[in-house]
Amino acid sequence: MKPGGAISIWFFIGISLLVNGMLILGAGIYQLFYPPKQPVVLFHLHAAVWWGGILTAIGAAYCIYFAPGKGRG
Amino acid sequence: MTTAFLWFGSQQLVHLSTVDLVIIIFYFVLVLAIGFYLKERANTGEDFFMAGREMTAWIAGLSFLSANLGSLELMGWAGAAYQYGILAAHWYWIGAIPAMLFLALVMMPFYYISKTHSVPGYLKLRFGEASRALASVSFALMTVLMSGINMYSMALVLKIVLGWNINLSIWISSLTVAVYVALGGLRSAIFNEVLQFILIWAGALLIPILGLVEAGGWSSLKAQIAANASAEYTHLWSTLGSSSSNPMGIHWTGIVFGLGAIISFGYWTTDFLVVQRVLSAKDLRAAKMAPIIGAGFKMMVPFIVILPGLLALAVLPVKLAGENVAVTTGGHSYNEVLPLMLARYCGPGLLGLGITALIAGFMSGMAGNVSAFTTVWTYDIYRALINKVGTDKHYVTMGRASTVVGVLVSVGTAYLVMDFKSIMDYVQALFSFFIAPLYGTVLLGMLWKRATPAGGFWGLLAGTGSSIGMWAWVKVDPAALQYVALSAHARDMAENMYRALWSWIVCVLVTVIVSLLTQPKPESELKGLVYGVTEIPRENYVSTLHRPWFWAFVVGAVFVVLNIVFW
Repeated sequence: MKPGGAISIWFFIGISLLVNGMLILGAGIYQLFYPPKQPVVLFHLHAAVWWGGILTAIGAAYCIYFAPGKGRG
Repeated sequence: MTTAFLWFGSQQLVHLSTVDLVIIIFYFVLVLAIGFYLKERANTGEDFFMAGREMTAWIAGLSFLSANLGSLELMGWAGAAYQYGILAAHWYWIGAIPAMLFLALVMMPFYYISKTHSVPGYLKLRFGEASRALASVSFALMTVLMSGINMYSMALVLKIVLGWNINLSIWISSLTVAVYVALGGLRSAIFNEVLQFILIWAGALLIPILGLVEAGGWSSLKAQIAANASAEYTHLWSTLGSSSSNPMGIHWTGIVFGLGAIISFGYWTTDFLVVQRVLSAKDLRAAKMAPIIGAGFKMMVPFIVILPGLLALAVLPVKLAGENVAVTTGGHSYNEVLPLMLARYCGPGLLGLGITALIAGFMSGMAGNVSAFTTVWTYDIYRALINKVGTDKHYVTMGRASTVVGVLVSVGTAYLVMDFKSIMDYVQALFSFFIAPLYGTVLLGMLWKRATPAGGFWGLLAGTGSSIGMWAWVKVDPAALQYVALSAHARDMAENMYRALWSWIVCVLVTVIVSLLTQPKPESELKGLVYGVTEIPRENYVSTLHRPWFWAFVVGAVFVVLNIVFW
């Protein structure tokens, strides 16, 4: 049973992680090519790239697995 | 701090880029979309106030925890960790885990089997209308006041961190909460709380990870804290032998008996703000599993709240100070630890997600207060005392209206706190007045069938009265602290611990004495409400891995190990 209707809460969470992950990943890749004048501490680890990538991957997986109509949730 | 300071005050801590703003705006759009989507599923009272009682254990459990992650929680405890060291983790471990497991295994069956819609509703079934009226009126009052304080705290943080207009912050966030709770009721609040919980972790988890990398690992962090502050800051129990030998000025008895046995049990087992989430579970096993799942995650929250505070002691180049000193000197206060650490490690995009995590924390706490207030107002005050014959549809309409009114009263409180900041201290004290005695009343109600309606009412009243009396005594005569808190060195937190302990004892003693002198209810009226006359369903039909007691044991074991490791 989906406690809420046709769309699972986990699908909403997938959307959120996917969109945020892509935005962060995009910003991280941009900074790879155009480094900021005042970088944050540990900038060389490029946290935005790998953290954005992780969020994108998890978000995409949730969106696919809990997509409306699949009966999961 | 004056209103003028809030309008024209200090320089902002961080600057957001376009991508950060897009992330924040997307968050607001998504929570509102969830509210609009769930509007069609909130037409009956059971749907609007109880989320249809169809939540899975995971959703109820994460929501149960998320409702607690309010503004004071995230910012305040990170600041407390900077100020007091790892002692602040007690509020997450001994100050939460045993109580959450107790709720799951012992108290949840009675809440769930009685089919009550609220904690005051349980008091009505067990002790009668007078106890319910006392508990519900005090809860409703305190909830909207606390909601206003949360709102003010959030707006203040957004002002200091981002330079945002404080009025704009208050109105946008409060109206967003009002819209999605009024539309979708408890279900909408719960769904958004789960989303907010995930965002809090996604936005805050990088700080401890990168912080530990910069500090060179846990051992190196401890050495740096010992050099910059004191080695006592990384010990959980070994400095509590005397109240003068630790940064918090508290003795271990205050932590164990005041916090661990009374305040945490009171909050996690009888505060309807959190209990309401569990009551929405789809069956008794889910209702028992929800607090256990919440406890498992609660144990991990210090990683994103306490650890950043400790890391700041080691890596931040500036020293933080109390609120008043920070305002006077133009420096940073303890409460700014989390944003400072966020700005230290997070560039565009990550910063937006981190700020979204803070806003999500504030809004989940606010929504928790508002939805709990709405249920207690509609069912335990309006229906019980004002209009007993309304239709289900009428009460849903009243629920939606009271959501909006509750938010507006909270906004009013936020402005009141802005002009009279000392109110914040008083209201937090007031809130603590009711929690400990209420726990005594509910506990005896559930476990002692001899407890009578008169005993329950007078015990609750005496416990609350004694708590207020002790608080006033120390205000009038500060020397009384040595009697109330057993030490003249005790700080505010320690005083709260002991006041809670004494008021709980008063409540229990009065309840027992009055009960023994008055006529008990017949056992037939106690079925489903009290231990010994209630048949509690067994979980023999599921495997060990699906049984609540098994996971409670696992969580309990990890809890013990954590306390030993950080002793």
